[in-house]
Amino acid sequence: MNMNRIFLFLILGTIAVFASGTIEGEIEKQALNVSAIVMFVIFVGATLGITYWAAKRTKSAKDFYTAGGGITGFQNGMAIAGDYMSAASFLGISGLVYLKGYDGLIYSIGFLVGWPIILFMIAEPLRNLGKYTFADVAAYRLRQMPIRTLAAAGSIATVILYLIAQMVGAGKLIQLLFGLEYEIAVVLVGVLMVLYVTFGGMLATTWVQIVKAFLLLAGATFMAIAVMAHYNFNFGALFAHATELKGIEIMSPGGLVSDPISAISLAVALMFGTAGLPHILMRFFTVSDAKEARKSVFYATGFIGYFYILTFIIGFGAIVMVLQNPEYLDLAKQAINGGSPILGGNNMAAIHLSHAVGGDFFLGFISAVAFATILAVVSGLTLAGASAISHDLYASVFKKGNADSMAEMRVSKIATIGLGVIAIIMGIMFEKQNIAFVVGLAFAIAASANFPILFLSMYWKKLTTRGAVIGGSLGLATAVILVILGPIVWVDILGNAEAIFPYKYPALFSVIVSFASIWFFSITDKSHDAVKEIEAFEAQYVRSQTGIGAEGASEH
Amino acid sequence: MNNELVEKIKNNPDYQELVSKRTSFSIKLSIAMLVVYFTFILTIAFNPSVLGTPMSADTVTTIGIPIGIVIIVFAFILTGIYTKRANGEFDDLNNKIKQAIKEN
Repeated sequence: MNMNRIFLFLILGTIAVFASGTIEGEIEKQALNVSAIVMFVIFVGATLGITYWAAKRTKSAKDFYTAGGGITGFQNGMAIAGDYMSAASFLGISGLVYLKGYDGLIYSIGFLVGWPIILFMIAEPLRNLGKYTFADVAAYRLRQMPIRTLAAAGSIATVILYLIAQMVGAGKLIQLLFGLEYEIAVVLVGVLMVLYVTFGGMLATTWVQIVKAFLLLAGATFMAIAVMAHYNFNFGALFAHATELKGIEIMSPGGLVSDPISAISLAVALMFGTAGLPHILMRFFTVSDAKEARKSVFYATGFIGYFYILTFIIGFGAIVMVLQNPEYLDLAKQAINGGSPILGGNNMAAIHLSHAVGGDFFLGFISAVAFATILAVVSGLTLAGASAISHDLYASVFKKGNADSMAEMRVSKIATIGLGVIAIIMGIMFEKQNIAFVVGLAFAIAASANFPILFLSMYWKKLTTRGAVIGGSLGLATAVILVILGPIVWVDILGNAEAIFPYKYPALFSVIVSFASIWFFSITDKSHDAVKEIEAFEAQYVRSQTGIGAEGASEH
Repeated sequence: MNNELVEKIKNNPDYQELVSKRTSFSIKLSIAMLVVYFTFILTIAFNPSVLGTPMSADTVTTIGIPIGIVIIVFAFILTGIYTKRANGEFDDLNNKIKQAIKEN
């Protein structure tokens, strides 16, 4: 078949790019890490195999967006956990624990507690009302065009910001681990993710995510056990040794959240933001019914919680095994700044620890897993972004619901390639930029635009199109403006002396703006359409509660 | 779903029981999670030294560490409690509602 030939051609092309890159890298940086490269090639080979298998099963738009709706709760829980356990959270949180100890745990808890709320409030109605994207739910009884446009804008903004963070992280990580040029690394990630998504759709994206989640959990478990074995599985001894090296303050809350406003604002961003991430919400449509959707969250919460406990141990492990080990010291940086900086910065703590506990071979494994993590996460993001473009913008807004499924699928594949190109260009553009604000902004937008519309459309009868559109847009604008005026962008990046908006996390304010204006512009909406939208709530609510009339799994 | 069917389901006592039980259960569990989490995060904001208290005189381990781990486990247990009841009792009620529609 024609498509298969294209597929094989692209695989060969990718391998060629990769091979030439490694040779170049090795000449420049000396044989960096053969086992890492071998394991990475095995992983890429296996995932391309999955993609080939998935491509043959991806025939309809439903297959493409939701893997045919036949993923089980356990598998989906693993995939959701995989989406959440990005390289940023594996390397970032273990790096934060390594640097600040207890503060890392505070951060992980914030990331976790959104999940029970998603289960109790969002998961079932979402599954019962939606088809492919969360905009299906928001636009269920409201006017399609404006709601879909806004939801797609929120989704695409979240996806692109997240993609930038992942691409820059990927480029730097690969540069460091494999000795590849930054640009080649970014292009490689972009090409592979486009391959997974365009050919294998949600089925490939899900299985790549499951495989990676398994490898990551296995690798992190091994590291945590290896660390604990050194201390006869006595946490007190591990902590005692760590405080000798790094000071007693790592055992208590430090400066991560210093004032109540920041604390609440961060909590709001993490909780509501998680419930508004399009690539996470989309996963609820891959299971057959509400029962499996609930199981998904149960397993996902378990895996994510377990993973955060592991990263805490790994961070402390790095303090005792990496911090003062001359092998991992960045001598050039030490000469300038003093102290004991490690090669590649604090986020490399987990990577160095893998070498300390398991030698070159295990370093290779963890490096390959870290890269696999980035690949799997960007694929999920890209699929969510492409769905917003094809299903919400093209099929519902542009074609007014009259697009045929094949044309819609074609658009989503073109959108995937487009997003791949954007991700590569942005990844290269942002190489030397400070991107610390990017993920925070993505969460703020998800919490202030996507979440309020989704939540109120499910539970608040009096929501109208006007309220949702004005309120959601104001929430989105507030989040963006406050991030720009806040300390990270206004002071650290733009170089102004003092921030106009004093808090790092704007979510508390932007979420209030969003909810308040949705409420105000809904209750003052006396139009004919508004009356009909309110009347339509009853039928929607019955379906959201019972699942009667909901999308089922496809037959094949 | 047509209006007639919506009305019929709404008047079904099983449906009313399902909605009221599940809504109150979801709200209770959500409040439990929020209270635990916000107590934790506001303690950090207002009085961080509480969590920095050592567990006993001869250890550096602070009470903040088991508390943090317990919150993670608590979140997981809550999802388990909800999933068990929803996949059992609530789904049974839901199936009765679906059955009642088919019979008519």
